[in-house]
Amino acid sequence: MRGSFYAALAFCGRMLSPIILVPAVLNGLLTGAVYALVALGLTLIYGVLHIINFAHGALFSAALFAAFFAYRLLGLDPYIAAILLTPVFFLLGYGLQRFVIGPAAHGEDRNILLVTLGLAVVIENTLLYAFRADTRTVNLDYAFNVIDIGVAFLSVPRVIAFGVALVVALVLWLILTLTDTGKAMRAVAKEKLGAELVGIDVVHIYAVTFGLGTACLAIAACLLLPTYYVNPHVGNAFVLVAFTVVVLGGMGSVTGSLLGGMFVGVVESLSGLYLGESLGQIGIFVMFILVLLFRPSGLFGERA
Amino acid sequence: MTQFSRVSRRRFLQSTALIATAATTGLVNAPAVLRAQGAPVKLGVLHPVSGALSYSGQQGRLGATIAIEEINAAGGIKALGGAKIDAVLGDAQSTPEGGNAEVEKMNSAGVAAIVGGYASSICLAASQTAARYDLPYVVDVGVADNIVTRGLKNTFRFGPGFGVIAKTALDNLVALNDQAGKPAKTVMIVHEDSLFGSGLAKLLNAQLPERGFNVLETMPHPTPTRDFNNVVLKIKAANPDIVIPADYYNEYVLLARTMQQQRVRPKAIYSVLGGAASSYKFVKEFPEAAQYIMDCNHWFDPRNPKALALRKKVEAQGQFYTYEVYMNYSGVLLVADALQRAGSAERAKITAALESSTFSGHVMPYGPTKFVNGQNTGAAPANTQVLGNDIQVILPSTFATAKPVFPMPA
Repeated sequence: MRGSFYAALAFCGRMLSPIILVPAVLNGLLTGAVYALVALGLTLIYGVLHIINFAHGALFSAALFAAFFAYRLLGLDPYIAAILLTPVFFLLGYGLQRFVIGPAAHGEDRNILLVTLGLAVVIENTLLYAFRADTRTVNLDYAFNVIDIGVAFLSVPRVIAFGVALVVALVLWLILTLTDTGKAMRAVAKEKLGAELVGIDVVHIYAVTFGLGTACLAIAACLLLPTYYVNPHVGNAFVLVAFTVVVLGGMGSVTGSLLGGMFVGVVESLSGLYLGESLGQIGIFVMFILVLLFRPSGLFGERA
Repeated sequence: MTQFSRVSRRRFLQSTALIATAATTGLVNAPAVLRAQGAPVKLGVLHPVSGALSYSGQQGRLGATIAIEEINAAGGIKALGGAKIDAVLGDAQSTPEGGNAEVEKMNSAGVAAIVGGYASSICLAASQTAARYDLPYVVDVGVADNIVTRGLKNTFRFGPGFGVIAKTALDNLVALNDQAGKPAKTVMIVHEDSLFGSGLAKLLNAQLPERGFNVLETMPHPTPTRDFNNVVLKIKAANPDIVIPADYYNEYVLLARTMQQQRVRPKAIYSVLGGAASSYKFVKEFPEAAQYIMDCNHWFDPRNPKALALRKKVEAQGQFYTYEVYMNYSGVLLVADALQRAGSAERAKITAALESSTFSGHVMPYGPTKFVNGQNTGAAPANTQVLGNDIQVILPSTFATAKPVFPMPA
């Protein structure tokens, strides 16, 4: 009896020791930055178009495949590919909204929901048809490099991802607050009819927003690829997490997404640590339910 | 006829209909005398060449096709008038259902026997389906013990099963530890959470304490897992003497690399059927992470010149000499030997010839071939260790090519 009690005590002591807690929290923060980037795209589209983009996950899978093949076929490092893929995916998103989703929706929000859902099915199965269900990875020399900060070894690609995600969030925030397009986007988000009356091209702004949201995915994909894998269904796992981030941070809030993403990253890391990797994501979804119950507008969202 | 009582009416009708169709189209194996002298013998070569297990499947197919090419180049099956072996390739798509569908197709194509399956789950399903047609099935790798305990007359496994491998692995671990003066007492197990990893973890948890080891913690994770930071942090905090991973290739590599990244160095990384530990691919791509890792797994006989010639041939094709290659190579040779002794491509005669096989022309370090209930009792695994840029056999000592390095130098 006593032996097992001491064993349990030693076990608890080990689990709470800073050697393991500090790196786990830091890892969570770094992973969370990528979640934040995926969530940024989702929250932006929701904030302006007032629709939930069901094709977000499939587009993310497509972006990962694009980054993968840029590396495999063109020999482009994922970080360099990001420079190329971001405008490509912006145009792709712009085109999708302007020429597919917008016209097919006939001005009804409900239709947009169904169109994006259909789009997700089409994209995912096209990927499956073209590349089969195989899981692929890239092997980069620096993928396992670490920075020794004393209390922990931080993975270099994750630190880069963290930094870039912060910069992207900042740029997005600047676009929204300072530029005319950003102001137009906010105007459309607040009052679509009014925006139309003052001469804002709503169709164009919708497409720009969708393009920006999709471009975020391209960047996130390039940041993730060095430490992750690609298959046609990979995006879904991220979108579920991104939904949680968006709900936590508040629909349509850039700051909310960023902080929400990191918070979710830490929760996932810690629940993985204490509940085991097989159950690691439980923490995220428990939090999702709690937020919906007690603060449905999210931490930074406007009151519904 | 006693069989009929156990077959459901629907299945009986199904199979009868199939056989009838096949017979009328002349596809079912006609007696050898009706064939032209030396007519090719069709052999089913079944592997998961697409999907999650595609790498292993492709390697298996490579081994089987090399064996078939060699047999044909050497004049085919002599007892059948120099009949060539005609490979009927099948893709199980990494699922048992895929395996079943291919067996049905191969049966319709009139194969004399099937070699392959790779994963335990595929072997279980495919051999069962083959049994309906009395089609001899030689399992290439699938280690689950129940593959050969179901009483299927058509199913043969040339390699060792899980029970034998696990027992050998534990005996050898104790032997290594005793030899080094018992430096290791504590163990942590990292395993993937499907049948293979969980089954092994359960067995290790039961057996290790009896052999004087203390299991500190057992950590399951799903396949695929792309982040082992938490697992490695726990290993770092608990600081066990030995880490035992039971993972498929990708996760195994990732775990080893994350341990290297986080500078976690136990006295040994010791695996049982480790997905990567005895893979030349892993050693070549990540030599530092692979260094000193030990494994108890299928391995070729390093004393056998035929095994070394095969290695040269495979490497000349730019491929890695993995266990799937030589296991399938040996499996096909086993069937060819049975064909030769049966003097016929009739399924029943091949099955009988396999049952009484004493085949010795393979490349594995096995004892005399003897099948008991379909299991080759001569089959045995070997312990290997990554040393330098190569994989060496460290146990059994009768054909070891190097001395074990244990504990790992700090």
